[in-house]
Amino acid sequence: MFNPGKSWWKLLGVAILVYVITAGLLFEVPDLPVLRQSIRNIYFHVGMWFAMIFIMFLGVVFSIRYLATNNAAEDIRALAAVRTGIVFGILGLITGMLWARFTWGSFWVNDPKLNGAVVGLLAYLAYIVLRLSVEERDKRARLAAVYNVFAFVLYFLFIMILPRAASSSIHPGLDGNPALATGDLAPEMRIVFFPAMVGWMILAYWIFRLLSRAGHLEGKIAEHIENNYE
Amino acid sequence: MVFTAVTALIIKELRVEWRQKSAIAGILLYLAATMFTAFLAFEGLIGPREWNALFWLIMIFTSINAVLKSFIQESDARHLYYYTLVSPTEMIGAKIIYNALLMLVLGVFGFGVFMVFMGMPIGSPWLFFLNMIIGMTGFASVFTLVSAIASRAGGNFTLMAILGFPLVLPLLLLLTRVSAMCVSGTSFVLVSGDMLITVMLVIVSVILSVLLFPYIWRE
Repeated sequence: MFNPGKSWWKLLGVAILVYVITAGLLFEVPDLPVLRQSIRNIYFHVGMWFAMIFIMFLGVVFSIRYLATNNAAEDIRALAAVRTGIVFGILGLITGMLWARFTWGSFWVNDPKLNGAVVGLLAYLAYIVLRLSVEERDKRARLAAVYNVFAFVLYFLFIMILPRAASSSIHPGLDGNPALATGDLAPEMRIVFFPAMVGWMILAYWIFRLLSRAGHLEGKIAEHIENNYE
Repeated sequence: MVFTAVTALIIKELRVEWRQKSAIAGILLYLAATMFTAFLAFEGLIGPREWNALFWLIMIFTSINAVLKSFIQESDARHLYYYTLVSPTEMIGAKIIYNALLMLVLGVFGFGVFMVFMGMPIGSPWLFFLNMIIGMTGFASVFTLVSAIASRAGGNFTLMAILGFPLVLPLLLLLTRVSAMCVSGTSFVLVSGDMLITVMLVIVSVILSVLLFPYIWRE
């Protein structure tokens, strides 16, 4: 059942997140105008995007591996990664909207960063719809992999050119990495912020692993039914 | 060798287009009708900013429509025949170049019609035109691969649109920005940076299309 030698990283992830949630809500934070206590959201909101980008990157690696090997297992992993990424993307949007409501006054503002987030989410939802519209398994896997690679590279370029197009963004982090630059974050927040990023990424990886194993099992069940009952 | 094959394929595309005039005629009429609808809806009351936004909105929908047919116009049997004759690189290269030409025709035609109905409040027309040429080439480069995917997946307009939109938005963002500057009047020095980035985006999507197309075409 539980094997500490193999699953130590899950324990580590849980420990980090317990620490992050407690410390994130209780530790001292600098009292800044407008932000006030909502500054604590940085541990959660930024973490969601970190986890999403990390898991989407993983997804593209699996898609490229699928195209190289034609191994159905890689396709299942890519799908699991995209599904996990979508969950974190939606959580990122929700945490961001709450934060925007308290600091900027409305849930949504017309800002290049926010629009960029929606574009990414739209592309991955389109990936899901593409998969739903193809019946044949190999063809579905191949088309999805091609789209994933094409979309990820173009999306990455989009994020890179955003700072240029965003001469008037009110979202922090014009260089593309909010809160990472050393001057940005107060020292007492760094001891929570950096573990938080690692913790959310571990959680995302864990969810991805579960989804991908569920995907393998579903594949096996489908195969079994095909072989025995049709 | 590559170039003769690509040229032959482009000429083939032109012939197919010429024989099935309905496709190109349909798309031109669609473009003109959409623009006339916009004219009626706005009753001609429109500022330069809205002019710019509306122009690009109409162009992007028309482009999706026009490129969608590039892989479903001909039968599967013919595609199989081409498969035995040319490499995937030559095929996608020819399709992108042909679609870029088609987009240019649409761009020039659309610009003309739009000018008639909505007026031309443009400060720097030549720069606007240059930006439009780059942009339409960009649409062709992104949409060609997407249309290959969509046609393999059943080939309906909705799928093509939802797959294509997120990918073309970076391009559209840059285009409308430069274009808005051109509308209010600008100089080449001011927009050259953005134009260069647009050109680079186009080059990247062409390279990606060439790399990825072989995986779609094989079957």
